[in-house]
Amino acid sequence: MLTILAIDDSRTIREMLRETLRNAGFDVHVAVDGLDGLEKLHDIAPDVIITDINMPRLDGFGVIEAVRAGTSHAALPILVLTTESAPDLKERARKSGATGWIVKPFDDAKLVSAIKRIAAH
Amino acid sequence: MSAAAELSKADDRELVSFRVGGQDFCVDIMSVREIRGWTPATVLPHAPSYILGVINLRGAVVPIVDLAARMGLEPIRPDARHVIVICVVDNQTVGFLVDAVSDILSVKRSLIQPTPAVSSDVTRAFFEGVIAIDQRMLRLIDIEAVLPPIAARQERA
Amino acid sequence: MSSSIDIRQTFFQECEELLEALDDGLNALAAASEDGSVDSETVNAVFRAVHSIKGGAAAFGLESLVRFAHQFETALDAMRSGKLVATPDIVRVFLRSADYLADLIASARDEVPPTSSAGPDLMERLAQLVPSNGARMPAQPAPATPAPTTVSDADDLGFQPLALAFDFAPEPASPAGFTIRFAATKQLYGNGNDPVHMFRALAELGALESLADSSALPPLDQMDWATPYLTWELVLQTSESQHSVHEIFEFVDGLCSLEIRELQADAEPDRDQMIAEAADFSTPTPTVTDRPPAEPAASGPARAASGKSAAQSAGQKGSVRVDLELVDRLINIVGELVINQAVLAQCVQDAGIGAQSDVGAGLDEFRNLARELQENVMAIRAQSVKPLFQRMARIVREASDIAGKTVDFVTEGDAVEVDKTVIERLVDPLTHIIRNAVDHGLESAAARQTAGKPAAGRICLSAAHRSGRVLIEVSDDGAGINRPKVRQIAIDKGLIAADAVLTDSEIDKLLFLPGFSTAPKVTDLSGRGVGMDVVRSAIQSLGGRVNISSTPGKGTTMSISLPLTLAVLDGMVVDVAGQTMVVPITAIIETLRPAASDIHPVAGAGKVVAVREKFVPIIDLAETFGHRPTSPDYSNMVLLLVESGQNERWALAVDRIHDQRQVVIKGLESNYGHVPGVAAATILGDGKIALIIDPDETAQRKRPQAAFAPALMTEEV
Repeated sequence: MLTILAIDDSRTIREMLRETLRNAGFDVHVAVDGLDGLEKLHDIAPDVIITDINMPRLDGFGVIEAVRAGTSHAALPILVLTTESAPDLKERARKSGATGWIVKPFDDAKLVSAIKRIAAH
Repeated sequence: MSAAAELSKADDRELVSFRVGGQDFCVDIMSVREIRGWTPATVLPHAPSYILGVINLRGAVVPIVDLAARMGLEPIRPDARHVIVICVVDNQTVGFLVDAVSDILSVKRSLIQPTPAVSSDVTRAFFEGVIAIDQRMLRLIDIEAVLPPIAARQERA
Repeated sequence: MSSSIDIRQTFFQECEELLEALDDGLNALAAASEDGSVDSETVNAVFRAVHSIKGGAAAFGLESLVRFAHQFETALDAMRSGKLVATPDIVRVFLRSADYLADLIASARDEVPPTSSAGPDLMERLAQLVPSNGARMPAQPAPATPAPTTVSDADDLGFQPLALAFDFAPEPASPAGFTIRFAATKQLYGNGNDPVHMFRALAELGALESLADSSALPPLDQMDWATPYLTWELVLQTSESQHSVHEIFEFVDGLCSLEIRELQADAEPDRDQMIAEAADFSTPTPTVTDRPPAEPAASGPARAASGKSAAQSAGQKGSVRVDLELVDRLINIVGELVINQAVLAQCVQDAGIGAQSDVGAGLDEFRNLARELQENVMAIRAQSVKPLFQRMARIVREASDIAGKTVDFVTEGDAVEVDKTVIERLVDPLTHIIRNAVDHGLESAAARQTAGKPAAGRICLSAAHRSGRVLIEVSDDGAGINRPKVRQIAIDKGLIAADAVLTDSEIDKLLFLPGFSTAPKVTDLSGRGVGMDVVRSAIQSLGGRVNISSTPGKGTTMSISLPLTLAVLDGMVVDVAGQTMVVPITAIIETLRPAASDIHPVAGAGKVVAVREKFVPIIDLAETFGHRPTSPDYSNMVLLLVESGQNERWALAVDRIHDQRQVVIKGLESNYGHVPGVAAATILGDGKIALIIDPDETAQRKRPQAAFAPALMTEEV
């Protein structure tokens, strides 16, 4: 089973992610902001990270940069959650090292298919 | 009760029968929660005479109705031999003080007769009907009708 | 489906928290805007709150909420990026926008139209705040776009909208499949992508054959481990559209060279060109296609939900969310435990085992632990009054807008914690008091200036702990109660005799009489058909008292004193004609053992006791509750001097005082109903029930004729 760490400062979005991903058969853990996510990274050792961009304490770009700069999870697939799909968002997400992106409000099937495109299942 | 159970039991009603003031009464078993011995009640001020007060039922405050007094019979002078039938209707828990519980019986619906027009309208409203069994008359009590009115609820509504 | 409803509830709960954070931030911003000390983290926090509301709202397709939040967010973003300076005026627009946002959320939650019509005006004001030449801003604000979620996002990234080229636009009718040439760049792996997952996804679309071209592999000793050298040639037999295939490569678009052709086409792509493209992924090649932007909101939130999301996520303060019902059950069980301890203690005492024995000592420890456990469990229900106060701040803004008054609203003691139910039930009375303060308490700006006061009125809402209770005060710096006018109204309405002699404080209390209103005409604000009598009875039903004090020209203060919890109270256990009853200690001023000479009859209407030269009416509880006729002689009884919310005093006559102790409150209402003069019941150490007396109500019902003026005026319903 794929283990997913979902990072979002909105409880609503966290619960939606949790529900959608659980129903898709993933093991889901959540973190409330970037720092929380990085703190949990080691214990959870996820197969995929899904992260919001705009968060207190540490934003999504910060999470990606920290993960990529580290040693143990540097190649971890990371999906960015964003409220908008726009070409230069993709560029920026990609430049910071994001594996892919999901546009909120996300469609359950699209989210699951996006995960399947970046991780073994 | 599920619809299927309802259907199979449609013809029968399970009743708890008891004696009050020398007469036989019964209530639907569905509303009976438990039967316990008499314990002294704490008197409620400004209450109708048939309200003996409230008792502690595992942490809940439950009013006790003297069913005899409620039925217009001689009020019971409660002692350790008397029995309280605890009933729940619409989330309201009430204890009915009776002389003794006699039986649990299953009665065909068709055997329930309308209440004869001998009693006053008020008292008659307390009964769903009567049942003739073994040359006795069982008076089937409509629990909702004999419940003490919740005054404050009406006031506040 | 139920889980989606759960999440919807979560969303509205979270909105409450976000609105609180928003209010906090905006208030900090308001203060900072005065002296120009605005800090960026405050603006960020405010922005995030609105952004999160928008995000959640979009997920539930709450379009008008999304639209307004978006406009609000856009203005906040301009401030965040330094294009808009926080002035007090702008912050005021933000505060009003926050109020409107709260209104929209409530309207979405309750599925009713918003109560305020401020939306269009605020939308326009917010739009005006955004610098029109700002290249970072979305080209079109939300209202012009039918689907709100497709508007450009100004938060995550600043960007200029770009036109997207879709070179695969008209889809040929069901091709037999595709050939795909794919070569990854280093960056593709660096970003956590792996071709193998994409190939697996492709295989789900149809039969896939793959061939790796390893011709570019250098000799082993020259190989860079991080550089990909392979090019794949894939043949996919599928009836899926080219779009579906493209979608699989969506994330690596630009990080690879990719060519997708329909199966029939067999043109050989130029390998060199492919590699060249791959080397510079930041310049998308013309052949690389993109997927369309976000779907309209309508299709977005089509959430097929099943199963139940049971787990709760940890909150940011390291807290957990707990079902209130669970807490209440816990409180009940702990209450039982405390009672059980008392029962046990009594059994031990009855068995003649001394308190010095091991059993006695153990029971003592048990009692302490049970009490401590109870206090801690009660604390779970406690909440800070802050959300309540913030709600009142909104009421002040709304009321002052309508009244055309400028009001400085100050709160103190936001962090004071009170039982959740107490807070909930305070909303209505407090709203009324606050509206009254704005409407009647404060004078118009002109009148204030004539009186030498600042034009802006001031209303202070405070909370504080006072000897085991919570004291909430609303004070204004208005003109104070116009006592001659109040008196005249009371006379006109027949509430008092024209020649009644009343002290100032007695006149002030006239305001609490049923139906009393000092407004000559019912205004839009305080009118609404409720008087201060409703406020008073609401507070009293919480076990609270309300008081009013006023100084002409200086202002008026309403004080509400409340119990910390509705679950326990400190009581004096007394004997009333053989019945054990409990009197709340908070009501008792002192206990008296009167000498016969202190007690005086007042004609045939009852008796009074002299307490330091004041005559206080005696209420014989045994008589009041119908346990026995009135006692001929009070001198062998104990009198409990109590004070009502209106500062009236009575002496409650009881036979004996047993004990003082904390008792667990048990409602009578659910199984029986309200008993006049009785607040609730409790269970004593012997397992028996004792009634808790409501001294105020007892006094109201049994009001002796000799009482002073206000007593004569209250009309009992």
